[in-house]
Amino acid sequence: MSVKRSARIIAAVILAMVTLLALGAGLVTPYSYAYQFRDLPQAAPSSAHLLGTDPLGRDLLSRLLYGTRLSLFLAPAAALLTTLIAGLLGGVAGLFGGWHERFILAIADLSMALPLLFVLIALRAMLPLDVSPLISVVATFLMLGLLGWPSSLRVVWATTRSIRESDFLLLARSSGSTSIRLILRHVFPNLRPVLLAQFWVSIPVFILAESTLSMLGLGVMEPLPSWGNLLRGLENFSAISANPWRLVPLVLLIMVVVCFQLIFPAQEDLA
Amino acid sequence: MRCAVRTLIVALFAIIASPLFAQSGGELHFCLHGEPKTFNPIMVDDEASENIRYLTGGVLIRLNRQTQELEPGLATSWRVSKNGRSITFQIRKGLHFSDGTAFTSDDVAYTMRTLMDPQVHSPTGDAFRSGEGAVTVLTRGPNDVTVTFPAPVSGLERLFDQVAIMSAHSPKKELAVLGPFYVSEYKAGSYIELKRNPNYWKRDTKGHPLPYLDGIRLDIQRNRDIEVLRFRRGELQLINRLDAESYQQLKRDDGGVAYDAGAGLDADHLWFNQVPGAPLPEYKKVWFRTTDFRRAVSLAINRDDICRIVFDGYAKPAYGPVSPANRFWFNSNLPAPRHDPQGALRLLTQAGFRFANNELRDREGNRVEFTLVTNSGNKVREKMAEMIQQDLSEIGIKVSIVTLDFPSLIERMTHTFDYDACLVGFVNTDLDPNGMMTVWLSSGENHQWNPSQKTPATPWEAEMDKLMREQAAAIADKERKKNFDRVQEIIYEQQPFIYLVNWDVLTAISPEVLGASPTVLSPQAFWNVEVLQLKPSSNLGARR
Repeated sequence: MSVKRSARIIAAVILAMVTLLALGAGLVTPYSYAYQFRDLPQAAPSSAHLLGTDPLGRDLLSRLLYGTRLSLFLAPAAALLTTLIAGLLGGVAGLFGGWHERFILAIADLSMALPLLFVLIALRAMLPLDVSPLISVVATFLMLGLLGWPSSLRVVWATTRSIRESDFLLLARSSGSTSIRLILRHVFPNLRPVLLAQFWVSIPVFILAESTLSMLGLGVMEPLPSWGNLLRGLENFSAISANPWRLVPLVLLIMVVVCFQLIFPAQEDLA
Repeated sequence: MRCAVRTLIVALFAIIASPLFAQSGGELHFCLHGEPKTFNPIMVDDEASENIRYLTGGVLIRLNRQTQELEPGLATSWRVSKNGRSITFQIRKGLHFSDGTAFTSDDVAYTMRTLMDPQVHSPTGDAFRSGEGAVTVLTRGPNDVTVTFPAPVSGLERLFDQVAIMSAHSPKKELAVLGPFYVSEYKAGSYIELKRNPNYWKRDTKGHPLPYLDGIRLDIQRNRDIEVLRFRRGELQLINRLDAESYQQLKRDDGGVAYDAGAGLDADHLWFNQVPGAPLPEYKKVWFRTTDFRRAVSLAINRDDICRIVFDGYAKPAYGPVSPANRFWFNSNLPAPRHDPQGALRLLTQAGFRFANNELRDREGNRVEFTLVTNSGNKVREKMAEMIQQDLSEIGIKVSIVTLDFPSLIERMTHTFDYDACLVGFVNTDLDPNGMMTVWLSSGENHQWNPSQKTPATPWEAEMDKLMREQAAAIADKERKKNFDRVQEIIYEQQPFIYLVNWDVLTAISPEVLGASPTVLSPQAFWNVEVLQLKPSSNLGARR
């Protein structure tokens, strides 16, 4: 077994364990992620609170597991949305060329030029205030998914364009294949590795984007935990040096991102 | 022989005088948190410019930040007329501006005329505008000047603490000053260099000229973390305001450099939207207009926990709109804030709410829930909101927290009124209640729960309007205090603003700085800058 394959298996096992722990959060920890034990703010790890408590006295393990559930499931959903949009628009632009190509690329360039953070701030300000925290978190990831496609589109478009000019597609066309058959039998199978790669790459990007938004107070609404708002606790460097266990959310985030990077198949493997 | 005696006398003088000179001089370093918008003292409207004005401006009457009493400044004495419209000053003789221009009553007249000129739009002048008509200034010789206003101005003397006298004749205009320092160099975005004013009039008790310092370097630094880091590295010798986290850090690691001057004037509070035209469901408007609902919310909030957990103990539960730090205006008869969830439920039951299965419902069966908005990026306020969320859940109220960027928050607070409840803070710099007229008058723009009313919406707001106007028109402080005490009682009874905490004034002052005595009034750490000294061993400051 190659080293690459072993690493991939280990990464998959770690991800599976993290996923199981997140799904079974209610069984692993008896505490609500929101309840404030006000006599125990910033408590050190103990048998009652395995990872200690945050500055408001909330159990950190509960918050970490419930936060993992949110971030780990919504980030792939946003990545899927981005990949679908990029695949559809990039495919159309690359395959049909002409004004389709010019129009879609212009929109993509325009979207890339927009300062994403300010767009998200403006969109958040426009949302009604009385949305529940869960809807707010879904909205956050939906916005990330809807706004994150332009960079993936460029990759998909370039690949589709090379497919359009390939000899095998010319041969298929000359043999009388219909457009639908061309797309389904020849273009899509050749695009699949690129789309998969874009999907895997987008997941950690969105996890980190949500972290950034939460650090700015714009992501997941309290008291709902996410990796983003758990990482906000790391802003205070001196508090971390005094309470190193507060680094656990960061360690978990890095671990999951590395696992995704290890798992995502190289393009040549998929081809 | 004579030469030897002379040498001996000189040597003795040098030995005796050396400690005195060793204590004087040096350059104090600290930070401003923004670019000063102006060096013109009558146009000051921001904190950075205000600090420059304090350090450079000479005023006729100075408010002692420690005793909160007025003291003679450029005026040796003053007298307010019985009708409260005029004030007469006897000014000090033989004083000069920093550039050597003589100081006379003409300068006071020039400053007052410029200040009150409607074309100038001076923010400082606004406080003096008591009625329609012109302000007259009469000089009777170089040291006697009377300023007459068209209508009585309450708390007139105190207002002169903000009026830095400008020279009528100096070619340097506002850069010629009468304060302890003058601006010698300014590099936009980087620093401001102040030098000792050689013509400053004040002397210490032993007759030595003040200030002791040679100068002050004010670095423009918006990032407070960098400021703390530079302080710890010894590059700065003073931080005027610290947050609780940095305070604890400095207290723990650097011993005696962090000071807690006690609860300050600033407060955080929340309020419910009572604007009749707000785009909210009618039943919510009914809750928010119900006094018992607001009082119950106030009772259910555990302010002690907020002080202990969010502020690490460096805050005090707030009584009302005036902090106990404001010694004269605080109404000491107000009851201390209480945490009483059972009392809150009793009030809610009286008001027709029902509490069952940990849920609170109104008469029509609507679940009591609201959204609390606050500004994003403010960790302290976010934590407070989260604690309020849990406290109110104990009486069955569901609170959702939404953080918005500041412009969006202001838009909702002042234009669309599309919010349920809001949590923000007020920074108070003025001790006098006249500084809060726009907050307490029902017609005021800052009457946040229901601003800019044409006529008062409730009888208690009408009473507050009457009391605020009466106190503003009264001359005697005793009468003003009586009226304003009642205003504080109404606010306590009605809870239009639910006051939460008064933050402690936390500062950091290096042991190299001698004579520091932080107070709760601005500028907290350097209010007595004239008598601050640097130890001769100071790495930065004592270097000449």
